[in-house]
Amino acid sequence: MTPEDRAMVTALCADRAGLRVDPEKEYLLENRLGPVARREGFVGLGEMLQTLRDRGDERLVWAVVEAMSPSETAFFRDPATFAAVAGPALEDLARRRAGQTLRVWVAACGSGQEVYSLAMLLDEQAPDGVTVDLCASDLSERRLERARSGVYSQFEVQRGLAARRLVRHFEKADETFVVARRIRQMVRWRRVNLMEDLTPFGQFDLIFCRNVLGALVESARTEVLGNLKGCLAEGGYLVLGLGDAASGLTALPGGAGVHQAETRRRAAAA
Amino acid sequence: MKTCLVVDDSRVIRKVARRILEDLGFEVAEAADGADALAWCATAMPDAILLDWNMPGMSGLEVLRRLRLEPGGDAPKVVFCTIENEIDRIREALAFGADEYIMKPFDGDIVAGKLAMAGAL
Repeated sequence: MTPEDRAMVTALCADRAGLRVDPEKEYLLENRLGPVARREGFVGLGEMLQTLRDRGDERLVWAVVEAMSPSETAFFRDPATFAAVAGPALEDLARRRAGQTLRVWVAACGSGQEVYSLAMLLDEQAPDGVTVDLCASDLSERRLERARSGVYSQFEVQRGLAARRLVRHFEKADETFVVARRIRQMVRWRRVNLMEDLTPFGQFDLIFCRNVLGALVESARTEVLGNLKGCLAEGGYLVLGLGDAASGLTALPGGAGVHQAETRRRAAAA
Repeated sequence: MKTCLVVDDSRVIRKVARRILEDLGFEVAEAADGADALAWCATAMPDAILLDWNMPGMSGLEVLRRLRLEPGGDAPKVVFCTIENEIDRIREALAFGADEYIMKPFDGDIVAGKLAMAGAL
């Protein structure tokens, strides 16, 4: 890839999805985009980039942007975060929202490990007196397809997943492991660009967004965080990566990345 | 320093596991078969055991069963480390008292993660 190619891809990613792509990381760019060129039927990466420059058709643009969006994830990544969610956050929500439906959203679900971790947790210890509506979204349609299939390699199911959970929630199919139908059926999937207006999705009690903010350019980070905060119900929880800050929300003690929106009572007291 | 006993009939696997475990801060001992492993445990019970399933002589499952009957034999965290990758086998190992389960091939991250889940780190 020429420096011009890399600059073009970097600019497209920032423009369409707020993604911060380092144009100096030639290896990463070629590694991610090579498969896209092959899949789209180009002779090589160079031909695809030339077509992108000449015609810039939207489908190809998105194929490139999606390939550059972060995808790395593991089951139960940051166990302290899941403990904080399973304990204080869900207990509080179950108490305040008794008899209602909790709306939970895993934004930027990547290949699905995070939303399935949450689904397993909810299956093992369903919060009392509430039903849970669990949705997952990602920028990439391809990744959503993969996540929805619930198929993981032997390597993937050994990252973060306890053996007891593997035997309880997975089935083996040839040399892969598939999330049990019971767990897969708990999740609804949808493609969402977090840079767009999110108000049509309504309000959520619990939002996970742990793989994204660090990968965005500064302005996009502010925008996405603002969009997500706008989707938080009163007293709802936003779960971010361990290092991510969220102004206007109260971080739960323990530094596990769990932040709570104001409740009416607290707002009234202030 | 915590001790970990690596039980595997393959010298190569023992060597790879030793390097990973030493990086994690374990003092490592090796046993090439089940009898050797149990003899080692009778002398000095390790904190953790990385246990192969298929070995000449005694199987890993049998080693685990006998270990858990020994005085102090319920203390070590036992992590199977085997090419057996059927769900039923994993279930069987857990029922016999294994704390965690690694399917070969493994890498340093998997070993570290599984030992942490077993409570051995």
